Amino acid sequence: MALLQIAEPGLSTEPHKHRLAVGIDLGTTNSLVATVRNGIAVCLADEDGRSMVPSIVRYHTDGTVEVGRSAAVAHATDPKNTIMSVKRFMGRGLKDVAYIESMPYDFVDAGGMLRLRTVQGIKSPVEISAEILKVLGERGKASLGGELTGAVITVPAYFDDAQRQATKDAAKLAGLNVLRLLNEPTAAAVAYGLDNAAEGVYAVYDLGGGTFDLSILKLSRGIFEVLATNGDAALGGDDFDHRLFCWALDQSEIDPPTSEDARRLLMKAREAKELLTACEEAPIKAALSTGEKVDLVVTRGQFADMTRHLVQKTVAPMRKVLRDAGLAPEDVKGVVMVGGATRMPHIQRAVADFFGQEPLTNLDPDKVVALGAAIQANVLAGNRKDDDDWLLLDVIPLSLGLETMGGLTEKVVPRNSTLPIARAQEFTTYKDGQTAMAFHVVQGERELVADCRSLARFELRGIPPMAAGAARIRVTFQVDADGLLSVSAREMSSGVEASVLVKPSYGLTDDEIAGMLRDGVERASEDIDARALREQQVEADRVIEATLAALEQDGDLLSAEERAAIDAAVAETRDMAAGHDPRAIKRSTEALSRATNEFAARRMDKSIRQALAGHKVDEIQV
Amino acid sequence: MSIDLQQDFFELFGLPRRFRIDEAALELAFHDLQGRVHPDRFAHLPDSEKRLSMQWATQVNEGFRTLRKPLPRATYLLELMGVDAGLHTNTAMSPAFLMEQMEWREAVEEARAARESEELTQLHTRLRQHSREVFDELARQCDDEQDYAGAAETVRRLMFMEKLQHEIDDALEALET
Repeated sequence: MALLQIAEPGLSTEPHKHRLAVGIDLGTTNSLVATVRNGIAVCLADEDGRSMVPSIVRYHTDGTVEVGRSAAVAHATDPKNTIMSVKRFMGRGLKDVAYIESMPYDFVDAGGMLRLRTVQGIKSPVEISAEILKVLGERGKASLGGELTGAVITVPAYFDDAQRQATKDAAKLAGLNVLRLLNEPTAAAVAYGLDNAAEGVYAVYDLGGGTFDLSILKLSRGIFEVLATNGDAALGGDDFDHRLFCWALDQSEIDPPTSEDARRLLMKAREAKELLTACEEAPIKAALSTGEKVDLVVTRGQFADMTRHLVQKTVAPMRKVLRDAGLAPEDVKGVVMVGGATRMPHIQRAVADFFGQEPLTNLDPDKVVALGAAIQANVLAGNRKDDDDWLLLDVIPLSLGLETMGGLTEKVVPRNSTLPIARAQEFTTYKDGQTAMAFHVVQGERELVADCRSLARFELRGIPPMAAGAARIRVTFQVDADGLLSVSAREMSSGVEASVLVKPSYGLTDDEIAGMLRDGVERASEDIDARALREQQVEADRVIEATLAALEQDGDLLSAEERAAIDAAVAETRDMAAGHDPRAIKRSTEALSRATNEFAARRMDKSIRQALAGHKVDEIQV
Repeated sequence: MSIDLQQDFFELFGLPRRFRIDEAALELAFHDLQGRVHPDRFAHLPDSEKRLSMQWATQVNEGFRTLRKPLPRATYLLELMGVDAGLHTNTAMSPAFLMEQMEWREAVEEARAARESEELTQLHTRLRQHSREVFDELARQCDDEQDYAGAAETVRRLMFMEKLQHEIDDALEALET
């Protein structure tokens, strides 16, 4: 048995060091940050005790950026620079957003993801979201008292690849290390399931400010397995506000209002909607800049009637998700309600009718997603305890495919596949000497490419010249645990790895992200070198710590010689991390990581063999 | 020695190489393996280990997907036995089976045209009962008689039936919207 490495003074190698991690619910109307403290998940509040941060960003002429409640004050007076519900724009083009004509923003159509013109220049939804994430990250740091190891950020389960990637990019811009993108209904199921020691099949009905998700999960022996998910990435409480707003305009016979008046009236409509949860009727009163007055009363019945079609839009996904899961409504043991919009009584009634049971409303629908994300972040950061023996198995919400002849889609990865998943497809060249090939990646369930989301176009180059039909190009789709797709390609007969140039249809390129990152750092007048150094030191620490823990556990898998090589790499990385050269730290950290490749593989084999040993070894045919 | 990613899925889940499997044991082994290899267990570790974990977790998911449902399981089993079920190339079927298929198809078509969702649901149920019997036959051919050529034809028949099931599903879905 190998001796344990003795830690040098001042360097943290204690095995149970608590790493600081947060869960962030980046919502359409409100965002929250939560963490696990003394084993309990809590939402982090501001000095006034409020944990919800309105997802509103205001750009001022003096270059400052305001986020949250104080930014909301200017929603009617400075609507062009006060961005609300930016989540609706993530990974979306101008044509994709509903009611865009009634929004007060100065949109810029540059093809791909839309942009907004503000007093601080043209902003992408990714940058705007990053402002919200920065504020939440800062709240986490201040509250926990140190640098964060990482964050789990939640996304609607029905978000497509472009929307997920945009969210991850926003986190990167905000300087957060993303441990995982977690689906909102799954996060809610974790918070609910662990709290109630639930077992069986549960449905999560999640109607947020701008997105609707429905997930079916099977909970058994600590495994949270998503069986199927469905939804509508552009349906939420906002739409109910908008409907009520249109009704109020109609009733008051008012011409199309100015954008300031529209904002004012929309806020009044939202207040009325919220009032109707507890009251039978609610007033909508507003004095417009034209001198016109809105003075109405809306009853619960009227509101239910005018929004019936919106409630109906959530019923079709309920049917589909059950069919995909191969279940009937009576197979569902409980329905967890998530999102502020599920407070509306007629929503609760519709869900109760469909599932034939009263939905579970004993948890705060606003907080449960952030709490679940915090629980997951705590475990992913490496703070797993012995009783944290639970695992999430999530799925991809929408099929991934490639465009084929005639504008048709060929599905490569079917929806509701458990993540991570990889699928390969083979292609061949159709011309003699052809050295390049173009592909179009789409996401969706429809047969025509035009009806699916375009994710990216990519080109393979460097195919060795051969006769037509002789090349065998294998294109592999790999979807990771965040639900994000990466594509690789290889020519099989020559083994040449063709390079893949991906041009995202609705995303930012790596260069754009790098540029924004640089701009952001410059504006914050933070020393870019200092930040790079700190990041590399944190990474080096993380790798050293993980290596030492692995050595302690499985050091016996190594020969004395192998052990010495790894020890030397650890010592080298440690030396470098004590210095001030971020590139040198990076080099030594990568070298250490390479030095442990084989060790990691052996550890994985050992673990898998242990799993097999637990199950009927005698029956395995060799 | 090292367990490699190419080992067969029955071995991976510790199950005997048969068509009839213990589904509970499969699920238990699936959960146990994912508990060891899933990327969530490696999120705080270096990239090399994360990559390894993703490869393994992908493989375990692929194995579970293959073995969980009887049709892909049978196809995979035949492949291991060196029999190509010829799903894409061999479409030769007995005339009796083709006749039966035609009758099913006509019934579905009629119900679809008449927008009879009740009738479609009934067809769905009857088709499922029928395929259960065919699956029993497949199990006998695979596990009791080792008649893999016969099993390959049964798999092809089941493929036809499954396609028909999907068509009924689609028709029902179209009626709902």
